[in-house]
Amino acid sequence: MSWGRPRNDAVDMFNTYPLNQRAQHGHAHDNFAEGVQRTQQPIVTGTSVLAIKYKDGIMMAADTLASYGSLARFKNIQRLHAVGDTTVIGASGDMSDFQYLQGLLDELVTDEFTAGDGNALAPHEVHEYLARVLYARRSKMNPLWNALLVGGVRDGAPFLGYVDLLGTTYQASTLATGYGAHIALPLLRQAVETREDSLPEDEARRILTESMRVLFYRDARSLNKFQIAKVTAAGVDISEPIVLDTHWSFAEGIRGYGAQTQ
Amino acid sequence: MTSIGTGYDLSASTYSPDGRIFQVEYANKAVENSGTAIGLRVKDGIVLAVEKIVHSKLLVPDANRRIQSVDKHIGLATSGFQADGRNLASRARDEATSYRDMYRAQSPVKEVVSRLSMYVQAYTLYSSVRPFGVSTIIGGVDSTGPQLFIVEPSGVAYGYFGAAVGKGKQLAKTEIEKLKLAELSTREAVMEAARIIYLVHDDQKEKDFELEMTWIGDETNGLHIPVPKDLHSEAERKAKEALENFE
Amino acid sequence: MFRNTYDSDNTVFSPQGRLHQVEYALEAVKQGSAAVGLRSKTHAILLALKRSTGELASYQQKMYRIDDHVGVAIAGLTSDARVLSNFMRQQAMSSRMVFNRPIPVNRLVSSIADKAQVNTQEYGRRPYGVGFLVIGGDKTGPHLYEFSPSGNSYEYYAMSIGARSQSAKTYLEKHYEKFMDCNLEELIRHGLHALRETLQQDKELTIHNTSIGIIGPAGEHEKAVPPEGPFRILEGEPIDVYLKTMVPKESADAPAQPPAAAAPAGQEDPVPAAGDDADVQMTED
Repeated sequence: MSWGRPRNDAVDMFNTYPLNQRAQHGHAHDNFAEGVQRTQQPIVTGTSVLAIKYKDGIMMAADTLASYGSLARFKNIQRLHAVGDTTVIGASGDMSDFQYLQGLLDELVTDEFTAGDGNALAPHEVHEYLARVLYARRSKMNPLWNALLVGGVRDGAPFLGYVDLLGTTYQASTLATGYGAHIALPLLRQAVETREDSLPEDEARRILTESMRVLFYRDARSLNKFQIAKVTAAGVDISEPIVLDTHWSFAEGIRGYGAQTQ
Repeated sequence: MTSIGTGYDLSASTYSPDGRIFQVEYANKAVENSGTAIGLRVKDGIVLAVEKIVHSKLLVPDANRRIQSVDKHIGLATSGFQADGRNLASRARDEATSYRDMYRAQSPVKEVVSRLSMYVQAYTLYSSVRPFGVSTIIGGVDSTGPQLFIVEPSGVAYGYFGAAVGKGKQLAKTEIEKLKLAELSTREAVMEAARIIYLVHDDQKEKDFELEMTWIGDETNGLHIPVPKDLHSEAERKAKEALENFE
Repeated sequence: MFRNTYDSDNTVFSPQGRLHQVEYALEAVKQGSAAVGLRSKTHAILLALKRSTGELASYQQKMYRIDDHVGVAIAGLTSDARVLSNFMRQQAMSSRMVFNRPIPVNRLVSSIADKAQVNTQEYGRRPYGVGFLVIGGDKTGPHLYEFSPSGNSYEYYAMSIGARSQSAKTYLEKHYEKFMDCNLEELIRHGLHALRETLQQDKELTIHNTSIGIIGPAGEHEKAVPPEGPFRILEGEPIDVYLKTMVPKESADAPAQPPAAAAPAGQEDPVPAAGDDADVQMTED
């Protein structure tokens, strides 16, 4: 029984190919079947992460939203993760890739513990490791779709580093991923640079909070609920979620918003 | 010994006519000749202790540990060939890691022990390998509470409330049996463990020794870590006192 | 042909629970010329006696640099030593590559010990026939380890391995409590005194047959050492100044030995013919 004209790639209707290369009816040969398509985009994503150095160490902030496309899918996801007692990482990008990385890092931390010789990974060592992993994966054309900030304090020296899905790395006293690198980073630089060693904790916290507020107003994939992690000589402390109150009344004056017709 | 010269004792893959595997029994001999290790399973945790024979005064104290960690919540003490003990500890760590990778949860002590004992048993099957020359005490605190096991060179693994292996095994067992383990706290158990190790050490025959102790329990946040210095020296002091009263 | 029924391969326990093949491998270490290691609060050093197989041959290498912060001295089968030290180098490089950190020295030593253990348990292999003294520096200071073919490794204040190492050990046991507060020059002198104990009669330490490996800040006779004090090997002319500081053996400090062995090291002309050592050639170096 025939259901109509066969697909063009199943039948060589105009004898374009010699017989021995001609597709058999019903056994369509897909020239790209051998081809492999790997990750082309992140799926469930987190947005910006911000981090700064201050007097006692480093501070990092990330909201608790994991989006599915433009849908605010999970509103209580932690994107800050402690690695041992001296390091914290913050992740933007694909959340399942981030969870995979958490698994790798937890294994490393356990290995350091069971070695029982007093050695533990320092922040810059965690950063180097992540750079190796991410670069190796991008070189296999199969990247882990994240931009990560790594921060910590070891032997009194604060460390802040960036690493992303390409394996690109850099270090600075203020860092931001994603949208935050455009919107928040200039604010952070202005508030922090040259003051890293004197900036008090409450001011550092205020700088990050205000930057998160700005991001919430401008970034459509963000949430007004976030966490702040600080790493000092005393260790890692990740706060409970903080909720910002927001005001939208100014929007009433914006043309094209709300009840206005003109 | 009837085994020697019969030819039935040259390979782990050979039974003797009466059904024994002499190579495994010889492996136990390696254990019987080396420093005692004990483990106590008490109300809220586990204490492991070993009598570490110091074969040279040039050794750095505290540096050459005989109790190792398998995971954050599991410790392992061996008696016998130290190098074999390291091999087993490394295998146990791999098993704990593999469990964690598969289930994203801390491994139950029982599971690690069961996998490790299968590994040890495999070395009793072939002429191409020798059995492990160690008895292993594995202790940990998991979601079911404190757990304590011994894995023997034969691959046999049993659970215990109190465990002892090595040279002073018999005497240590007798002492452990006198304890009310279910009523002891880990802190009290540290004292008892130190006392027992000091008691079983035969300073007539043996060289100097070092007491090595670790614990897991509420006081350690469920982590397997060395007993803190101050508690260690207190336990050691009391052990020496008890020894004088004992003699 | 075999000394007993239970020593033909390493997969057999003797009825006493011993492994004869492993014990024989430990003997192979004693065939090699001696190496001595010791440490202070600031430095860890190695000293080794090099052999030459004849006038036409050079002296054999006894020390290898593993990484900036680790070095080893060997005694036993040189070929096994090269395999193991190569492995150590790979481990060290991997740690720098993956974590950007110098590998913790104890883990490096454990990694070859674990390798060696496997060779004591499986048929068709032989235990390694080489012993190592490993020195390394990390944030807890200088360290000294011994690795042996049985798969054991220990950390020591001071240790010696190789031919007649027991004599050196006796010296070290007598003096080790002083080592902690020594400066580099004093530490090297102690090391040379210990190494001297392993010499055959009528032999002496010269700039040709002695190697010195150091980890720690530069000493007063050293030039161009980076501030981190990475591992370096001194050989030839640069060690003359240390040999000259040795106290002749007759002095009260040194253990009793036949006086014939005690050529005063202070003013000797350090150019004995290479062939002088030909009578001690053995399987190792």
